[in-house]
Parts: sequence; structure tokens; C-alpha cells
Amino acid sequence: MQGRVLLGATLALTLMGFAPSAFAQSGGEIKIGEINSYSLLPAFTEPYRKGWQLAVEEVNAAGGVNGKKLVVISKDDGGKPAEAQTAANELVSSENVSMLVGTFLSNIGLAVSDFAKQKKVFFLASEPLTDAITWQKGNRYTFRLRPSNYMQAAMLVDAAAKLPAKRWATIAPNYEYGQSAVAVFKKLMSEKRPDIQWVEAQWPPLGKIDAGPVVQAVAQANPDAILNVEFGGDLVKLVREGNTRGLFKGREVVSFLTGEPEYLDPLKDETPEGWIVTGYPWYSIKTPEHAAFLKAYQAKYNDYPRLGSIVGYETIKAAAAILAKANSTDPDKMIAAAEGLSLPSPFGEITFRKIDHQSTLGAFVGKTALKDGKGIMVDSVYRKGSDYQPSDAEVEKMRPKD
Amino acid sequence: MAFYVVQFLTGLASAASLFLVASGLSIIFGVTRIVNFAHGAFYMLGAYVAFTLTARFSGALGFWGAILAASLIVAAVGVIVEMLLLRRIYHVPELFQLLATFGLTLMVEDLVVLMWGPNDLVGPRAPGLKGAIDFFGQRIPSYDLFLIVLGPVVLGLLWLVFQRTRWGVLVRAATQDRDMVAALGVNQKWLFTSVFALGVFLAALAGALQIPRDAVNHDMDLRVIVDVFVVVVIGGLGSITGAFIAAVLVSELNAFGILIFPKISIILVFLVMASVLIVRPWGLLGKAEAPARRTPGLTVNPWRPLTSNERIAAAIVFLFAASLPFFAGNYALNVGAEIAIFVIFAASLHFLMSAGGLASFGHAAYFGLGAYGVAFAVKLAGLPMAIALLAGPLFGLLGAVVFGFFAVQLSGVYFAMLTLAFAQIVWSIVFQWVELTGGDNGILGVWPEHWAASASHFYWLSLAIAVLVVSGLRMATFSPFGFALRATRDSPLRTEAIGVNGKRIQWSAFVIAGTVAGIGGALFAYLKGSVFPDVLGIPLSVDALVMVLLGGVETVSGAIVGAIVYKALSIWLVSQTEWSKLVLGAFIVLIVVAFPKGIVGTVESIWHRRPSSLRDALLGSKIETAE
Repeated sequence: MQGRVLLGATLALTLMGFAPSAFAQSGGEIKIGEINSYSLLPAFTEPYRKGWQLAVEEVNAAGGVNGKKLVVISKDDGGKPAEAQTAANELVSSENVSMLVGTFLSNIGLAVSDFAKQKKVFFLASEPLTDAITWQKGNRYTFRLRPSNYMQAAMLVDAAAKLPAKRWATIAPNYEYGQSAVAVFKKLMSEKRPDIQWVEAQWPPLGKIDAGPVVQAVAQANPDAILNVEFGGDLVKLVREGNTRGLFKGREVVSFLTGEPEYLDPLKDETPEGWIVTGYPWYSIKTPEHAAFLKAYQAKYNDYPRLGSIVGYETIKAAAAILAKANSTDPDKMIAAAEGLSLPSPFGEITFRKIDHQSTLGAFVGKTALKDGKGIMVDSVYRKGSDYQPSDAEVEKMRPKD
Repeated sequence: MAFYVVQFLTGLASAASLFLVASGLSIIFGVTRIVNFAHGAFYMLGAYVAFTLTARFSGALGFWGAILAASLIVAAVGVIVEMLLLRRIYHVPELFQLLATFGLTLMVEDLVVLMWGPNDLVGPRAPGLKGAIDFFGQRIPSYDLFLIVLGPVVLGLLWLVFQRTRWGVLVRAATQDRDMVAALGVNQKWLFTSVFALGVFLAALAGALQIPRDAVNHDMDLRVIVDVFVVVVIGGLGSITGAFIAAVLVSELNAFGILIFPKISIILVFLVMASVLIVRPWGLLGKAEAPARRTPGLTVNPWRPLTSNERIAAAIVFLFAASLPFFAGNYALNVGAEIAIFVIFAASLHFLMSAGGLASFGHAAYFGLGAYGVAFAVKLAGLPMAIALLAGPLFGLLGAVVFGFFAVQLSGVYFAMLTLAFAQIVWSIVFQWVELTGGDNGILGVWPEHWAASASHFYWLSLAIAVLVVSGLRMATFSPFGFALRATRDSPLRTEAIGVNGKRIQWSAFVIAGTVAGIGGALFAYLKGSVFPDVLGIPLSVDALVMVLLGGVETVSGAIVGAIVYKALSIWLVSQTEWSKLVLGAFIVLIVVAFPKGIVGTVESIWHRRPSSLRDALLGSKIETAE
């Protein structure tokens, strides 16, 4: 115990020694607790961390949050909901953070949002995609940054419905995200195109696709088009088997998330061409907001940003904006400040919807192509998140009353 | 028709990849009896090293040379591991090597990220085998055909080595009777090292051969390790031909199964294993294990109940733990409650392993059933907390009654693997039954009622239940039932001869352990406020095993210390460093070397080595021996 006090004192002294004096005078610091699956999913969380670190630097360089220095305390959850809860507890009880941000996997996002509701803590979920977090299991303490599963599906359906294809097959990982992505896509697609048929559905386990038999099974059904929800290592295996076995030849493919550099870059010269995908073509976005972000990011890290970098960056920018507007760390005041708050992002202005606490951050929809042995997105168009939402009445019906 | 032929060939290609990894594991287990958890890690290292080498050397010679060189390099790493680490622990209780290899696996997972970075790596395709061959309008990748040929070729080569060389004869002899081979003057050390090297070589080769079709990343090991164990067990431990047949069986069932049930892959191997083991308790081609020959006097110290002085010491520790809320903050109490819950969980498994001699690899099933029992009681039935808490042990009990009945018919690793299969079946039901369980998204909002909601109250509740449970299990161990159970463990034949129904005793012990685990799960649901399928998952079962082994399996209550050390350390490390797996793995490896009987086991044996007069004076009473 004594050792710990001594250690704490030393740390505190060291921190005080290093803290810029500007903040020391104007009243201390404001703490944000951040949780993510750093050890389980380093490929996605590394760029994400770089993104939020850049944002923290920028916020503090501009004078902090209402004169207070912004400090982010980051914890790993090892990819387990129970460990995320422990981390959330530590951040709230021991570190006295003003709000929680982060999480990647849907079930961890839900676990932390439930914790936030129980302990009355403000939570900004950055990456989890599940619709449940803002709708069926939404609560007033939880906000979400990234475009939801529904929004990404709606963006893809826009493009997919224009295809002549009538016979569709689906391949998706057998867990909640895969299941709901397919369900929403099918529902929206069938509304727009009552003439299409769903001829085959394959559900390989997450992370353990046996790609050969799956590709054969889909090819056997002879679909005109394929919806793919696989990503990461599973996507690589699927693409490799599919290329070799000619599954994608003469077939349209619509694919969730595949245009994100995290998933597209590993495919290198095996990138399949002409897939309709959502993603982040950082090399072809010419807006001034994005150019400024890109320049700052490349200057700091000497590396190009992934989608995770955008999410991490914007998470902290949003958190700082909410804290600044609320001018308080009282959760109710932060909720009031966040509802309807608009702020700039590298993708243009975004707003946190009052009705379901979803941000209107959008995504790019485009086609995959090969260039110099690398996969890229071409013909990309930015789809605003606000344009791909169900009606307010539907949202209200799904979301529990607080 | 052509489609079914191609689907069959595709299945064979998957089988060949699976068999390559499985053959190495089967050889290692057959001879050294090491449950080599690190086999997946060597497979992954093979892929990473091959990726690096193939990137450097191009051309056909470069590619195949790189695959071979990668396998040899990893095999050399395997030799170092065997000589530095495993050699030290061959003599210690069975399964302790599992702990060492588990620690290694944790380290390797972090090391590959440190060395190769976090991104998925995609290696080159095999020169000359990039395309596909047309078969009546269906395309078969030529690399698949290569694998289909390679599998039986490797099987044949291994058969030749084992049947036609002196080394092979020695290995087979060691598989059948290690002690006899040693008695005949064969240097076991080098035999074991060479066997381990061959096994690791095969694992690395299998990994390296995946790079033309897979992505290389840091969770390759976990993706493969469980399936490989399952294949080895279905085939029969130590039988390479059995492993081959099992790999073909599993892969073909998967290839055709997904045509009818597209969601079957997630659970298929476990269904096959459970069915095979229920019908053939030693796998397809395995033979009944010879009863283990225990050297008399090796079982260290006869167990005894606590002496009065020790009881006082335990009471003091308890009082200290109970006074924690007066000086610790909410977070510490929260962690304290979690540790108490894991003490309950580990103690339940420890009872089964130490007193019952039955190592379960699927103990999380009963913990998870307890947690889901509570979640259902609260969410579906709307029961108050005091009653809902009882649903946990009830669910654990029901699960243990059903699965225990089948499991106790088997013994040793087959028992362990059948419990694993049952746990995975429960897990997949919970995972798939989205309407009832919420699937992967779990059940939210299972928070304690007001009287238990504060951190200190919940901590006291967990602590009190943990103390009751641990005392209860100790009493059971020293009751007539406990003696019958231990007798069955030590000598099944003699116990049966004096009229004890061994299977029924073991079944009862299984049910007790399952029920107690359910208590832990029930508290865990309330602690976290939500329940997700990973409370039933393999990682949690492994955690429980690690806690028991860390504490010392030959002790009465070592699991308590194991649970406290492991849980506290892992929570602290995850909070403090991102490389928690590396540090935790290194710590486990160190413990294995420094405390070869587990922490409590080693402390006890040091204690007992002291002059007995001093010891008796300190204890204040004579030791009641079991004899």
C-alpha cells in the first residue's frame, strides 16, 4: 500500500513537472477514458490510436477544452466484454474520467453502453456497427460515431438495386454483425426490387472460413450477384479461393467495408476488380477538411491514414466539442450538449441526431480496382449519413423510451 | 455430378492441411504425453517465417526452399524450447506441461505482432501452382491438388519412419510404455527432443504451406489449435493414421454439411468428436491406455484437514479480506469481487481435478450456464435477485448431470476432450439461438438489486459465498465420499473390488463441480450486469485450468492461490500494458520452471522437507495421514 502511495506521488510529481504551465494556471485537466481491443485487433486499433493521439495534440495546441488540458487514459479490453467492463469501472471509479469513448466490437460496445446506462456515465461509442446500440438497446447515455450497419447497408443497396442481377447469394460470418448486415441488406433490397431471388446463403464461422467448399457451394447455386460481408483474414481466403475458382467472373459483387484500407491493402495484386464496396479512399478525397487532416497525419506519423485513423481522430474531436459546449462534466449536461451538436470532420460536417444519438458521419461508396499491384477504390462518392436513415417514426418504435 | 466430385476434392485439400498440423501434435502427444498447447503457435511461426523468406527469395526454388527452411528454423526453435523448458518438467504432474505451453503461446502471439507488425500479411502464390484445372466445367485449384497428394505422402513417409527405422521402433515403444524403454537403457532425453522437433517441423510446414491460400496474422494459432486437438482425439491419441482418417472425416462432413446446413461449420467438429467418443471411448483407431504406473511414495504428502493453527491463520486472512471495504476504493472492491468469483470457479474445477483426478477442458460450460441461468431468471421470469441467484447453480447442476453422465465413462485426455466438446456445443447453441439469448450481442441489464448494488456489498456477498464454497468443497474432500473419490482416482480396480461404484462417485463429483461453477457464473452475471456467449468459451475454460495448475493440482486448495495470483495479475497487466500477453506468458513460464508443482504445491513440499520436529512444533499437532 505504502509502495503504491509513493509510486503515485512520484508519478504525480513527474506529471506536474511535464505539464505545460499554461494549463496548470487555468485550472487543471479534463480526463477522457478510452477503451479498445488493442491487443486482439492491433491491425485496426493501431491506426485508430494514432488518429486519436493526433486529435488530442490538436485540441491541446488550440488551448484545450475551455482552457483545460485534455487527457486521454487508454485501456485495452483484450476483445472481451467482461474485461471492457472492468476497464470501464477502473476508468470511472479510479481515474474519475468525465466520459468513456471507444470500443470496436459490437458486443463490447453494448456491454459498455449498458455499463454507462447503469452508472450514469456518458459514453461515445466510436466503432461498433450494430444497430442495437442506438436502436433496440439504445439508451440516453450512449452516442455512436461510425455509420451503423443499417446506414452502410442502405448505401450499398442504393447502388446494388441498379444492377440487373436477379439471383443473389450471400456470404457472411456467422455472428451478429454478419447476420444483421445480411438481414438489413435483404430487407432493403427486396423493398426496392421485389423481383430478386435469394438463392444461396453461406455462413462460415468468424475467423475460420474453409473457403474452398464455401466458394464451391456459392458457385453451384449460380447466382448473378453476391453479397459479401467477410472481412480481414477471412476475406483474403475467400478472395483467393474465389479468384482461383473463377467465382467472381461475370458476377457482380457487393461487399461491406472492403474498400477500407484495413481490409483492401492486404489483398495487394489479388484485389478483385469491380466490387461495389463501402470504404475510405484517402488518396482521392480532395476536400479541404480532409486535405488538412491528411497533411497533419502524414507529417506526424509518416504513414497514410486508415479508416480507423479517421474514427479515432473524430472520436476525440467530438468528445472535446461536447465537453466544450456542455462546459461541465455532468452527464446530463453533456447529453444535452451532444444532442443535435454539429461539428466539422475530415468528411465534412457531422451532427449527432437527437432522436437516436447516431452521428451523421457517412461513408464512401465506390468500386474496387487494381493500380500498380495495389487495390484502390475508384468512382467513389461520399454518402452522407443523414440520407440513409429509416423514418423517425420507425426509429422511435425501435428505441426504448428512457 | 462434377460438382460433388470437386466438392469432395476440395474437402480432401482441407483435410490435408488439417492432417499436417494434427500429425505433429499426435506424434508429440503419443510419446511425451505433453498436451502441447503451443502447437498452434509453432504453426503460426512457420507461416510468418515462410512469409519473410518467400518475400526475399523468388522463383520456384526460392519459394519451396523458403517453405522448407522456415519449417527447419521453427523446428530448431522447438528444440530449444524442449531443451530449456519442457525437459525440466517431464517429471511433474500430468497437464502441467499444458501450463508451460500455454504461457509460450501467449508470448508468441504478442511477439509476432512486435516482429511482423499488426497487419494481415498475404504471401505469394506457389510458383507453378497458381491456377486451376478445369474438371467438367468446375475449377479445381492446382494447389489443392498438390495438397491432396501431399497429405498421403506425408502419412506414408511417417509410416516408413516409424515402421522401418530403429528410431521409429524406439518411438513406438515409448508410446506404449515409456518406463520400460527407459529401463532398457534408451536415452529418453534425446528421444523426446527428436520427437518434439519432428512434431514442430510438421506444424511449421503446415503453417508455411498455408501462405499461398491464407492470410498470416497473429490469431492463426487459436484458429487452428482446437480443431487440431479434436482431430487428434477423434483419430485416437498417438495414431497418425487415425488422425488422417479423422481429418478427412471432419473436412468432408464440413464440405457437404454446409450445402444442407450453411451454419454447421461452427460446431461440426465438436459434434463429430462427441459422437465418436461416446461410441468409441478411445477414438477411431486409439487403444485403451495402460493404467498409469504410479511409483509408490511419489504422491508427495498425504492430505489432511487444516490444523487448528492453520484454521486461525485462515480466519485471519479471511478477516483481512473482509475488512477491505474500509480502506479500498470501489475499483479495488470490484476487482476483489471478480477474484472471489474466480476463486469459486477455480475451486470447483480443482475439486474435480485434484480429488477426482478428472481434468475438464470445458468447465466454462457450467460457469456460463450459471450466468445464463441468472440472466434468464431476471429477464424472462423477472425473479428477484435472491431467487435468481439460485437459478445459476441449478442450471450448472442440470448441465453437469447430463454431460457428466457421458463424460465420466471416459478417462484422461478423452474425458477432457469430451467435456470440451460439450462446452462448445452449449456455446454454439447459445451463440446461434439469437431469439432467446441475443446471440453474440448477449443479454444486457442484469444488474444487482439495491441491497447488493454497492461495490462493498457485492464484494462481501461474493467473498462470503466464496468462503462457504471453498469450505464446503474441503469438507467434501475429507468426507467418506471424498475418500471414495480419491480412491477411485488412485486405483480404480481396487476400489471397484471393495464395492465402490466408481463411475457413480465420479459422476457425483462432476455434478458438484458443475453446480459450484454455476454459483460462480451466477455472481459473475450480476457483477458485470450482462452476459455474453464468451462466458461459455474455450478461453475461460483454459483460464480455469491455468489457475488450478498454477496453484498446484496435488494440493487440497491450491486453486485459491492460483486464482488470486492469475486473475489479479491479468487484470493488472491488461490495465497497465498492451503487451499483457507477453508479460503474463513469460510469468507463467517462469512459474512453471520455479514452482514445478504449482505455487502451493511447491511451497508445501519445501515446508515438508524441514525437520519434522520443528514442523510439528510449529503446527502444534500431529499430521493425520490418510493411511
